[in-house]
Amino acid sequence: MKAAAFHYHDPRTREDLMGLLGRLDDLKLLAGGQSLMPMMNFRIVAPTHLVDLNRVDGLGGISRQGAEVRFGALTRQREVKASEIVANDLPILTEALDHVGHVQTRSRGTIGGSCCHLDPSAEIPAIAALYDAIFEIGGPDGTREVGYADWHLGMLTSALDEREVLEGIRFKPWQPADAGHGWGFYEYARRHGDFAIAGAGCLVDISDQGTIERIATVVMGVDAVPVRLREAEAALVGARPDRTAIAALVEAARSIDAMTDPQVSATYRRRLAGVVTERAVLAAFQRSGITQ
Amino acid sequence: MGARLFGASVQRLEDARLVTGRGRYVDDIHPAGVVHAAFVRSSLAHGLIQSIDTSVARTMPGVLAVYVMSDFAAFASGPLPQLAPHPLIQGPITYEPLASGEVRHVGEAIAMVLATSRAEAEDAAERINLDIEPLPVAADLAHALDPDAPKARSERADNRLATLKTAFGDVAGTFARADHVLKETFTVHRGGCHSMETRGVIATFDADDRRLEMWTSSQSPYLVRRNLASYFGLDESAVRVRAPDVGGGFGPKAAVYPEEAAVALAAMMTGKPVKWIEDRSEHFLATTQQRDQIWELEVAASNDGRLLGVRGRCLHDNGAYAPYGAILPATALGSFPGPYALEALDISIDIVLTNLVPTTPVRGASRPSVAFVLERLADRVARHLGLPREEIRRRSFIRVEQMPYVTGTKARDGSPISYDSGDYTAALNLVLDKIDADGFAARRAEAASRGKLLGLGLASCVEDTGLGPFEGATVRVSSRGRVIVTTGAASQGQGHQTTLAQIAADALGVSLENVSVEAADSGKFPLGISTIASRVAVTAGSSVELAAQQVRRKALKTASHLLEAAEDDLEIENGVVFVKGASDVKVTLATLAQSLAGTAGMRLPGGIEPDLAATAYFESTALTFAHGSNACEVEVDPETGDVRITRYVVAHDCGRLINPLIVDGQIRGGVIHGIGNALYERMIHDDQGQPLTATYADYLLPMASEMPNIEIYHLESPSPRNPLGVKGAGEGGTIPAAACVISAIEDAIGPGGTFLRHHPISFEEVAGLIDTRTI
Repeated sequence: MKAAAFHYHDPRTREDLMGLLGRLDDLKLLAGGQSLMPMMNFRIVAPTHLVDLNRVDGLGGISRQGAEVRFGALTRQREVKASEIVANDLPILTEALDHVGHVQTRSRGTIGGSCCHLDPSAEIPAIAALYDAIFEIGGPDGTREVGYADWHLGMLTSALDEREVLEGIRFKPWQPADAGHGWGFYEYARRHGDFAIAGAGCLVDISDQGTIERIATVVMGVDAVPVRLREAEAALVGARPDRTAIAALVEAARSIDAMTDPQVSATYRRRLAGVVTERAVLAAFQRSGITQ
Repeated sequence: MGARLFGASVQRLEDARLVTGRGRYVDDIHPAGVVHAAFVRSSLAHGLIQSIDTSVARTMPGVLAVYVMSDFAAFASGPLPQLAPHPLIQGPITYEPLASGEVRHVGEAIAMVLATSRAEAEDAAERINLDIEPLPVAADLAHALDPDAPKARSERADNRLATLKTAFGDVAGTFARADHVLKETFTVHRGGCHSMETRGVIATFDADDRRLEMWTSSQSPYLVRRNLASYFGLDESAVRVRAPDVGGGFGPKAAVYPEEAAVALAAMMTGKPVKWIEDRSEHFLATTQQRDQIWELEVAASNDGRLLGVRGRCLHDNGAYAPYGAILPATALGSFPGPYALEALDISIDIVLTNLVPTTPVRGASRPSVAFVLERLADRVARHLGLPREEIRRRSFIRVEQMPYVTGTKARDGSPISYDSGDYTAALNLVLDKIDADGFAARRAEAASRGKLLGLGLASCVEDTGLGPFEGATVRVSSRGRVIVTTGAASQGQGHQTTLAQIAADALGVSLENVSVEAADSGKFPLGISTIASRVAVTAGSSVELAAQQVRRKALKTASHLLEAAEDDLEIENGVVFVKGASDVKVTLATLAQSLAGTAGMRLPGGIEPDLAATAYFESTALTFAHGSNACEVEVDPETGDVRITRYVVAHDCGRLINPLIVDGQIRGGVIHGIGNALYERMIHDDQGQPLTATYADYLLPMASEMPNIEIYHLESPSPRNPLGVKGAGEGGTIPAAACVISAIEDAIGPGGTFLRHHPISFEEVAGLIDTRTI
């Protein structure tokens, strides 16, 4: 359980980093290391070069940029969890982070690392899916931006080219100051901090007339990637936030093509998909201030 | 005498060192010139080694040597000696240090690389090519004795290693006359030990003196010495084995392992110190586990709810080797009849070979499994008769006035077993009172109003402790007046440094800080057995008491000469012997020790033998029996099947308590171990013997976030069978815990649910049981 030999690079500036990305072959980028280091120690991954991002200037930090909140990719999960900006503008992310590993792993783990690793049960990519977050990608040949749908290509697979680095992630908050906004997050894991068997997040805006103006619901851990319940969401615009609306989303969640493993069957995953969706949506409706 | 330390909750002397990172474990020992070993292990559960190509590995950077078994021919050949021979087992069914022909489980060591670093050793190990011809795999315990089942070991006729039996009473008559006979099949599963520190070994060999020295993370350093000395043809005096700080044992570290032999052989071959630290992946593959037992049992009961008899058989998954003889299944037999006054018993256990890593005791050994089946049978009878679960127990328990109670079963040495002391009904009543069983209905209604199902669980047990024959101790007063206790009994974190010091300090009238405990070094103490079976307080504790009392008498006798006072007029306090009522007439223990250490040309005082020291070996000739009752409440989420234990109460009786703080810690950790067995830990293998849960992402240990507060209440029924009146406390927390939790889940699901026959139970299963119950 010792990593195979690798060349270690410790760039300090963005310029140095881009130089390494342009020059090196067979490399891995090291952010918080909470997934990569075990994978290297198991020799599941054995890169020739390891490029450490931890001391590159300017890769961290949380800021408001216009209507958006921007995270430097290297922002620690613990910092996100403690951020007042996040608590105010993206409270569902603050809550979801309670379930991301433990204090110790969050102190090292980064928001960008989680979005690049893309474990099926990971909370941060699921919240990014909920907000259709924007991913800022840099490389020796320039920068580009992609939305969540074009970022998360499959299980453990992002849009990142080997010579690219995720530099930042932008979330556009909904209308958190408005009385008609609600959010809910619920996940089920056998032990706190484990990768969830199923989890769900929901954002909703309720109109003055008491109908759903906009809704987003995501289910994670059930399929290989977080699933947005887009059809059900679209069908609920204009509907009342009631038991029928919840049932429609639960039905959609239960229809997800669920994964199976030696300890958790697809049937149970689908059952939990329904339960967590119901609880997340109910919490969102209740928070919107419209109780029906 | 000052205030007695025995019975006081004094802080553990070892903790300041251990919790500040100053412990010294095997991996903290760095002999000059040490080289590091890595093993190449079988990826197949069963096969024949055709060839091992080490040619590339030998040329890799940093590599000193690559060994297969035949390379060791000058020093050793064949399988290791049987550690605990059993008359029914023809053997040895033991490992070779490196497998040379047939491999019989995934993870069996086949080749060994020595390099200047572990990483380089692993680099080279990756480049060794194994050609193993696959053989059919026996991985299914339930069918391993079928006539056409694949054989786990090619040289044997079938997979039955042996069949053990225990019986008493008129079994046929009892079952014929009983008002009710109920039959059930139970499957119990336990996982590994998962001590925080994995195994680890360092060996050095002096070729001129033919002296082997080892440090090993073991519960049994003396058994390692005996086993390896015998294997290598060395005198035991030429083998020194030490267990330094050990970060948890829980049973599996009591066995002697092929890696210990291989590391020693590598040191013999190279003349260099060789170190191997087991990594967590290896721990999942090659450290012994416990796994499955399948019990088919019948219980006979009377109309008024008395359990009269139990009969049936057990299939016991032994794995591919029996390094530890039949101790684990034999412990199952020794666990009957539990707390129940049965008229008749007839149990047989088939020890079944499978192509999985061997099973040896994990905390509680088979006792938790037997507690599970007995407690389930008691609950089954309660369901059948419509009586409260506690009533079945009150009517069936052995009563306090029956003590000592001859159970009808036999101990390992063939002697009849008798329970020495304990009031089982009192423990049951205490735990029901403390959990407020009377208020349960109201709490259940409150939970129901929140959409949750509340269940109350109950389980009791009796535990044999203090297994013989002995652990010895030497107590010596140093020339500076310090009391040095030396024993062979190894500690893996149980607090021996504190408890043994408490006993010696009381006997010699010194403060705890003036006592040192040195343990588990065959170079310092000649004999030892093993830290297993909740035996060290009884064996080593009693030996320390006997030795310290001898030293006390010698000190008083010496002082009586020096002070010219009668021994009866002397007292010892704070390291000073003085005349009662004339405390200025005194001599320190240091001075007494110096006077008995001798001065050139001077006579010893009073012709007393030199050395203010004594050695004692208390022989534990009969087991002493601890007992307890547990009760818990679980809250079940009917939508997810999630089970949370909201309350857990223990009533525990391990005789006189040396240190309640330490006993509480043992019980608390033990209960958590049992909760893990009930709800979380599941070592899954596929039908080809491949482990599917070999990381902590898949193998779930109980974690603090899910554990309840555990309330502990002590009863004290002193044992008449040792000078201290103590009984063992290391496993009593674990033994009834899984039974208690499963009983609570069944109660939460309600009478319309299925009777539960196994553990661990997954939350997915619980959800299914709630869906299918009848209301």
